[in-house]
Amino acid sequence: MAAIAPLAEAVAHVVRDGDTVAFEGFTHLIPFAAGHEVIRQGRRDLTLVRMTPDVLYDQLIGAGCARKLVFSWGGNPGVGSLHRFRDAVEHGWPRPLELEEHSHAGMANRYVAAASGLPFAVLRGYTGTDLPAQTANISSVTCPFTGEVLTAVAALRLDAAVVHAQRADRHGNVQLWGITGVQKEAVLAASRSLVTVEEVVDELDPRPGAVVLPSWVVDYVSVAPGGAHPSYAHDYSVRDNDFYQAWDGISRDRDRFAQWLEGVA
Amino acid sequence: MSGFTPDEMMTVAAARALRDGAVCFVGIGLPSTAANLARRTHAQNLVLVYESGTIGAKPDRLPLSIGDGVLADTAVSVVGVPEIFNYWLQPGRIDVGFLGAAQLDRFGNINTTVVGGDYHHPGVRLPGAGGAPEIAASCREVVVVVRQSRRAFVERVDFVTSFGFGSGPGEREALGLTGAGPRLVITDLGVLRPDPRTCELVLTQVHPGVDPEAVRERTGWDLEIADDLGRTEPPTDRELAVLRELTR
Repeated sequence: MAAIAPLAEAVAHVVRDGDTVAFEGFTHLIPFAAGHEVIRQGRRDLTLVRMTPDVLYDQLIGAGCARKLVFSWGGNPGVGSLHRFRDAVEHGWPRPLELEEHSHAGMANRYVAAASGLPFAVLRGYTGTDLPAQTANISSVTCPFTGEVLTAVAALRLDAAVVHAQRADRHGNVQLWGITGVQKEAVLAASRSLVTVEEVVDELDPRPGAVVLPSWVVDYVSVAPGGAHPSYAHDYSVRDNDFYQAWDGISRDRDRFAQWLEGVA
Repeated sequence: MSGFTPDEMMTVAAARALRDGAVCFVGIGLPSTAANLARRTHAQNLVLVYESGTIGAKPDRLPLSIGDGVLADTAVSVVGVPEIFNYWLQPGRIDVGFLGAAQLDRFGNINTTVVGGDYHHPGVRLPGAGGAPEIAASCREVVVVVRQSRRAFVERVDFVTSFGFGSGPGEREALGLTGAGPRLVITDLGVLRPDPRTCELVLTQVHPGVDPEAVRERTGWDLEIADDLGRTEPPTDRELAVLRELTR
């Protein structure tokens, strides 16, 4: 059964120093409020995992929370580069950032393997590219039925997964809809999980295409209205595209970023 | 409406490369603009598939990211990210993969990972692969949209993020790739196509008013020009009007 708890308390229980943790969300439902709480609590040495690390991960990296990033596409969608991420990779500021990178298909399958309790997943992927040479987590496997050689990727087990959803009921069952990304897989791949929600309701009436995470696979639910801002929560808020544009200027400059960081603390 | 910019010409030429009824896996940016233009002009039955899991999206405005809510609101089906890659892209159900590039080489290999230095100490760190490696591998064919410059059009990419033809003929087949690879590279100056014998990209078409020598000057390898070099028809009034309405 998920405990419904204040955000600060839930984050303190779920995200610990040195964890491998994913704050998932594919442009939609990105758990910014929870990520900012992680910054406030001063978590360190995190291995951050995400298919599409965007502005939230730029913030966590710039704040010095991360030791390593496992990802498949790192940019500010529709705007350009992540400057804190680039500063860490290109200049080691505020600390060096180790990278492990994949394709989207590879990352998605790594989550699926972990969620399924398997050691690896099979796909047709990475063929002919320079990516497999950079990580031991991409290899090959021979099909026992046809003899075909296919790509294998290691399961992506997480210590913790943090996602945002539209709502939960009072028992802690969680419902999210719209673009659902890999949130379900991330939660099921993790030892500990936290879901922030726009609201808690009495009844989760059905929504088309909704993903429901039963209360017993979630550890904590925290109410965080607007907790996906500047991303959005379908049917609750719209994406704040102006903030993503503004981030480009804030993140280019270490001093301006430091000022922004003071506002979070 | 007689004047148009090189970028507008590029987007119009890219849109024309999409036939009506095709199923198209669309990257954000220039490819998405072109695909949405095609759907509003000659290809009303073009099926737009975005890696966010939105299948058959019919956005009434240009989506600002691959996860824009308008894609989910207008899609025939919205599926999770593992499903879009495993069920829909991997088995070869998609006709056209539509990609951008930071670097592209004479054999159509694409780099969106690192430029300069070595992998661990890059001169420039780019966003990385996203969905592109498997789009380039598994779609029946690939169309690349990229502005032409010596910086982008290089002899050999610094990092192969997405495989084109490797170092030449037979490599895709030897690797077991099912898709045909890059069919067209559309730039702000013209159109390049792979020579069927050598797999090397050749300038086969220039946009109105473009000197083929100027294309060579903005290419980082000794670009071959096709004997029967074609000329792109300028954008029609309708194409321009629809494009400007989309991007205003």
